[in-house]
Amino acid sequence: MTHFPLTDHIPSLRRYARALTGDAWMADDLVQDTLERACSRWRLWVAGSDLRAWLFTLMHNIFVNQVRRSLRQASPGGTVSVEEVENALAAPEAGTAQSLDLQRCLLRLPEDQRAVLLLVSLEDLSYEEVARITGVPVGTVMSRLSRARSRLRELMDGPAAAAAPAQLRRLK
Amino acid sequence: MEKPPNSQSDSHGEVLHDRINAAVDGRLPPAQRVELEAQLDQDPDARETLRVWKAQREALRALHRPLLEQAIPDTLLAAARRGDAGRRQVAQWQRWGGMAAAVMLAFGVGWLSRGQLSGGAPQRLASARPAPSFVHQASLAHAVFTPEQRHPVEVAAAQQDHLVQWLSKRLGRPLKVPVLAAEGYELVGGRLLPGDGGARAQFMFQNTAGVRLTLYLGAVDADSTAAPAPKPLSQAAQETAFRYSGDGPVPSFYWVDQGFGYALSGAVSRDELMKLAERVYQQR
Repeated sequence: MTHFPLTDHIPSLRRYARALTGDAWMADDLVQDTLERACSRWRLWVAGSDLRAWLFTLMHNIFVNQVRRSLRQASPGGTVSVEEVENALAAPEAGTAQSLDLQRCLLRLPEDQRAVLLLVSLEDLSYEEVARITGVPVGTVMSRLSRARSRLRELMDGPAAAAAPAQLRRLK
Repeated sequence: MEKPPNSQSDSHGEVLHDRINAAVDGRLPPAQRVELEAQLDQDPDARETLRVWKAQREALRALHRPLLEQAIPDTLLAAARRGDAGRRQVAQWQRWGGMAAAVMLAFGVGWLSRGQLSGGAPQRLASARPAPSFVHQASLAHAVFTPEQRHPVEVAAAQQDHLVQWLSKRLGRPLKVPVLAAEGYELVGGRLLPGDGGARAQFMFQNTAGVRLTLYLGAVDADSTAAPAPKPLSQAAQETAFRYSGDGPVPSFYWVDQGFGYALSGAVSRDELMKLAERVYQQR
């Protein structure tokens, strides 16, 4: 057999991970972890069910765990070391100022809102599918989506994101 | 009294936002689209929200679009291929037909090893026999029951006292459920299974990421009570070192302790499984 169904999903996993983390290396690490978990947990995938939704569920869980771990490790008061912020800010993606700004504002959204907004916008998943992936009721997905969009609008309208985004943290 | 049409009460605002979201994402049914259009005519702010959110969605979709066309890094390709190979293997195991096949296989393997035992195999070999079939059955039982979403166990952890009493009685020995909370695994529950040497117990554990482990245990020197003249146990059958088996559908560490076999199975790394097996062993 020469068909590799997992491979087909890598590009969209990479794009989602990149927007979610804002960092090329972190994103590919997240994709790698997701593929490895899929590899070790094939038994839990119900054959014939939506492979893409399952992969995004795995990725979501890994991401949430990483965020939790980094929150626990973060120094009290939520301060971030200057080097890390500089690192993150100085790692420019090739792109217009506008797309840089959008990515920065995106990173200032709380993780749960960011995930919902990106799953809906990038992956065209239904609200029900996003609810299953993120493990919350559909109503919560809807309210997170509204809050994410409102907040992102405020951030984009505000003075160009000059201040270091407070939520920016290394995940690994 | 009816609400004025422009009420900005929370629930009204939420309903409106939900509709605007659905319109932005192309998920609004046609009937509601007409309704929303009428609403927006009355509410220029809401119309502006719809416009901004739509533009936002387009900007997000454009943000990392080039990544979709980029060559995939080799490390990711390799991981995906490993995964696809693993999936084919699992599909093969599942083709055996789940539980029925696993039980039949377990009996078959047990029967074979019994035949070799009674056929006068050297004692040293015989005493080494039970473990491989035992660990194989453990691995099969793991593969059969861990994917179960609704009935992974017969008795859930909520009734742990009952579970332990029941399985201890059926296995003829007081059992203890190891605690793996420090390693992140909580007890899901347990079940009783047939094995070639008699009753087997399976305890299932799960961590927050949904990874499941099973501990499979039972007397490995078989019916010492039923057999007319039980052979004296060799030292090897009473106790063995930890052994690793990667032959079954999932890897296991197994050992024999005072005539009782234990196999800890799970799709985790060998190092992690070893650590967990040590924790189980320490609590026996």
